[in-house]
Amino acid sequence: MSSTAGHAPTASEYIVHHLTQLNTSGHAQENVIDWSILNIDTLFYSVLIGAISLYFLWRAASKATSGVPGRFQAAVELLVEMVADQAKGIVHSAESRKYVAPLALTVFVWIFLMNAMDLLPVDLLPRIGEMFGIPYMRVVATADLNGALGMSIGVLLVCLYYNVKIKGVSGWVHELFTAPFGSHPLLYPVNFLMQMIEFLAKTVSHGMRLFGNMYAGELVFMLIALLGGTATVMGFVGHVIAGSIWAIFHILIITLQAFIFMMLALVYIGQAHESH
Amino acid sequence: MNLNATLIAQLVVFFILVAFTMKFVWPPIVKALDERAQKVADGLAAADKAKADLAHAEKKVVEEMRKARESAGDVRTSAEKQAAALIDEARAEAGRIIAAAREAAEGEAATAAQRAKEALRDQIAILALSGAEKILRKEVDAKAHAELLANLKQELQ
Repeated sequence: MSSTAGHAPTASEYIVHHLTQLNTSGHAQENVIDWSILNIDTLFYSVLIGAISLYFLWRAASKATSGVPGRFQAAVELLVEMVADQAKGIVHSAESRKYVAPLALTVFVWIFLMNAMDLLPVDLLPRIGEMFGIPYMRVVATADLNGALGMSIGVLLVCLYYNVKIKGVSGWVHELFTAPFGSHPLLYPVNFLMQMIEFLAKTVSHGMRLFGNMYAGELVFMLIALLGGTATVMGFVGHVIAGSIWAIFHILIITLQAFIFMMLALVYIGQAHESH
Repeated sequence: MNLNATLIAQLVVFFILVAFTMKFVWPPIVKALDERAQKVADGLAAADKAKADLAHAEKKVVEEMRKARESAGDVRTSAEKQAAALIDEARAEAGRIIAAAREAAEGEAATAAQRAKEALRDQIAILALSGAEKILRKEVDAKAHAELLANLKQELQ
C-alpha cells in the first residue's frame, strides 16, 4: 500500500495511491488526456468481469428449456424478462429490440458486476497485487472515467446507427438542422448547435453519472479504511460500523447505477427511433 | 480521472460483449421463455377445452339417459299392448273353438236325435201295421193297401 518504502503513507498519499491506475506508462498519468496510455487494471477487470458475466449468462442460455426451469435458469430468466419488459416499453421497434434488448442486458449485468467490485475490501486486491510486484491497482472499472465514458460512447454510437437506420441519412441530417426549433434557414445553425449539445450532454452525463457515483463510493470506502487504519479502538469500531453501513447502502447504489445506465441507454436508443 | 486509450479499448470490449450476448445469450433464453409461455397458453386452452368437453359430455349423458328412459317406457307400453292384444286374440280364439265345439256337438246330437226319431217312427209304423193287421184279423193285401200304408207312414213321420 505504500508507494514509498520507509514510512507509513499519510492519508493523502494513501488515497492518491489508491486512485492511481496501473497503466502502460509505468507511472501515474501526467496529462489529463494521453492517448498513448492504456489502463491495464481497468481493462483487465472489465474484460474479466465481462467474460465471467457472459459465461454465466451463456450457461443459462445453453441449458434453457421451455420445461420447468431450475433456480439458476429462473434467476437469469427473471433478469432477461425484466430487461425485455423495459426494452418493450421504451423502444417501439420489435426489429431493433432484437439488438437493443441484449445490449441492455449486457450493460446491466456487466456494470452491476463491475460496480460490485467496490464491495470487496478496498485494500484486498491491490495488496495482493503488491505482493506480486504490481505497484498500482484499481479494481472498480466503472470508477475509471475511461471505463464509464467508453460504454456511454458505445451507446452514443448505437444511437447514431439507429438514427441513420430509421430515418435515413437525409432524414437524419434534415432533423439535425430543423429540430427542435423548426424549419427556417435562420434557425438551422441554432438547431444544429442544440442537437450537438444534446448528443454531447447525453453521452457525457451518461458516463459521468456512473463514474461519479462509483468514484465517490470508492473514495468513501477509502476514507472509512483510513479510519480503521488509525489502529485505535475508536477507529476500529468506526470502521466496522461506517464500513457496514456504507457497504449495505452501496448495494443499492451499485444496482441502481447499473439499472440507470441500462435505462438511459434504452431511452437514448429509443429517442433515436423517434422523429422530432 | 484522466482520459486515455482505455476509453477506446473499453468501447471495443463493450461491443464485443454486446455482440456475444446478442448471438449466444439472448436468443435461446427468449426462445425458451416464449416456448414456455406458449406451452402454458396451450395447457390453459386444453384445460378450458376439457372443461367444456366435460360439460358437454354431462349434458349428453343426461340427454341419453332421458332418451333411454323414454324408449324403455315406449317398449314397456308396446309390450303391454302386445300382451293385451295376444290375450284378447287368445280369448277370441278360445271362444271360437268353444263355439265350434258346441256347434259340432249340437249338430251331432241333432243328427242322433233325428236318427233315433226315424228309427222310432219306422218301428212305430211297423208296430202300427202289425197292430192294424191284428185288429183287422185278416190278411191285408200288401199290394192293395201299399198306398194306404205309405200314407200312414208319411203321416207318422
